[in-house]
Amino acid sequence: MRNAFARTITALAKEDLRIVLLSGDIGNRMFDEFKGLFPNRFYNCGVAEANMTGVAAGLALSGFRPVTYTIAPFNTYRCFEQIRLDLCYHNLPVVVAGVGGGLSYAGLGATHHSCEDIACLRALPNMSVLCPGDAVEVELLLTEAVRGPGPSYLRLGKKNEPVLHQTRPDLTIGKAIVLRDGADVMILNTGNTLPEAMGAAEILSACGISAGVASVHTVKPLDLDLLTKCFGTCSLVVTMEEHGSAGGLGGAVAEWLVDTRLTRDDNRAPLLRLNTGEHFLSACGNQKSARESCGLSAATAAKSIAARLG
Amino acid sequence: MLGTTDQTLATMRAAAKDIRRQAVRMSHRSRAAHLGSAMSCVDILAAAYWGVMRIDPTAPDDPDRDRFILSKGHAASALFAALALRGFFPQSVLEEYAQPACHLEEHPTPKAAPGVEAATGSLGHGLPIGAGMALGARIAGRPTRVFVLMSDGEQNEGSVWEAAMFIGGQKLTNICAIIDFNRWQATGRSCEVLALEPLADKWRAFGWNVAEVDGHDVGALALAMSGLPDPSGKPLAIVAHTVKGKGVSFMEDDNNWHYRIPNEDELARALAELEGA
Repeated sequence: MRNAFARTITALAKEDLRIVLLSGDIGNRMFDEFKGLFPNRFYNCGVAEANMTGVAAGLALSGFRPVTYTIAPFNTYRCFEQIRLDLCYHNLPVVVAGVGGGLSYAGLGATHHSCEDIACLRALPNMSVLCPGDAVEVELLLTEAVRGPGPSYLRLGKKNEPVLHQTRPDLTIGKAIVLRDGADVMILNTGNTLPEAMGAAEILSACGISAGVASVHTVKPLDLDLLTKCFGTCSLVVTMEEHGSAGGLGGAVAEWLVDTRLTRDDNRAPLLRLNTGEHFLSACGNQKSARESCGLSAATAAKSIAARLG
Repeated sequence: MLGTTDQTLATMRAAAKDIRRQAVRMSHRSRAAHLGSAMSCVDILAAAYWGVMRIDPTAPDDPDRDRFILSKGHAASALFAALALRGFFPQSVLEEYAQPACHLEEHPTPKAAPGVEAATGSLGHGLPIGAGMALGARIAGRPTRVFVLMSDGEQNEGSVWEAAMFIGGQKLTNICAIIDFNRWQATGRSCEVLALEPLADKWRAFGWNVAEVDGHDVGALALAMSGLPDPSGKPLAIVAHTVKGKGVSFMEDDNNWHYRIPNEDELARALAELEGA
């Protein structure tokens, strides 16, 4: 995903002279082409995320379209108040790009995990929360996000993730993409676990369970039409994300579900939330083994879903 | 550049007097705190808005304009009074300050009024935002200069020093950080709460040129601010030595006026003193 990000932001900057890329001292060599083409529109802001976010606000207040880029936990938690006040309060067109979302850097330890970022950013007024499921979605979401009108958080994975979209889909912020239909189960996945969600659906199908997958690339604003449809027609709806149990996609869907429960005889589908739980993960090895231990691999997810269906 | 002619000096002094009178009335009327902090930076505002900045109140969105950011947002009353007096909006709007349905709140909100460049109130945000504006002006080749007014207590915030390093590193010469050094923060002497001194040396160590001036001498302030862009290729920090509550004898250097609100008697005495000044 990060290579798709670098390629896309370079292509966009050729067309839109307002784009300025701010990096928090990462992306070594990744932005060489960008720097070569636009030396006065790339700034390494050092390991100083609060300042980088404020600088982005000042640039946006001067008519630019800045993008801040560093590792997800540092570009969110470290500068949360700058995101809240400088970007969201002013409602400025700034893209906060976090690379290594979720457990991408599982082996680096919990300092480098971001399993609360969706919850934090989703809580902010004016903020859009975008979690691409593959490189194609990175390109399309980033293209939309730099157009504004307000701030957005782009939660990236790392590199060499499988590409799920064989053709370029029509992508609109706030509208999920159904990758496969399913009559019994709909897996609503956000972000980089999309290949695992697809794998889980395959496994379930092989067991005679009709399982669909939607890439909910936008956690905020939520695609309410899709929620209404799948909770009305499926036997089970599953949320899947490399994020903690509080406040992520599962939390957002649960809030919606409660807010729209208008009668006692609400017979909509139950919700199963697959996530990383609510603890700091330690000794979890690489991303693959971390997913397995959290129940977010294709096999473990399929097992949980099948068990829930009974 | 406007020079500090006798006429300009008189204009700046008259503006400062009017701003102080307004600030006292606004605090009293709205029962809004932070009057001491507002009074200490009035002369800085007067020098900036009447002696230095290239601004046109009838074109507040001119992309080439100079920017002023009140990073010490709790002195909003002084900023609003200055902007109204300078002609950005009618002075009658000040009557509604901090009242329900009025956009002039106790800290500046986004687009609170024409002339307000950024919402502030949480300390340590103004200098990074100002750095972005200064960088944007350099990228776009605009003549904009950016003035950021901070408090001495605000120097506690790490983001101030992140921005100081960024600006120094980028060699932005179109930005000026002004520190209203009134020697008090909310609950104590700013030099005792944290290791603030030597403040000017700190800024020098971060790659800035530093001017130390009497923060109530509008002529000296205007002269220092007019040094932008600094020919040395460094950003400019002005350490303005001020007195909290300046202009009203019973408020001066009394930190109770960080939060106190003048009663009827105090209002009358304050206005009388300011009139006679």
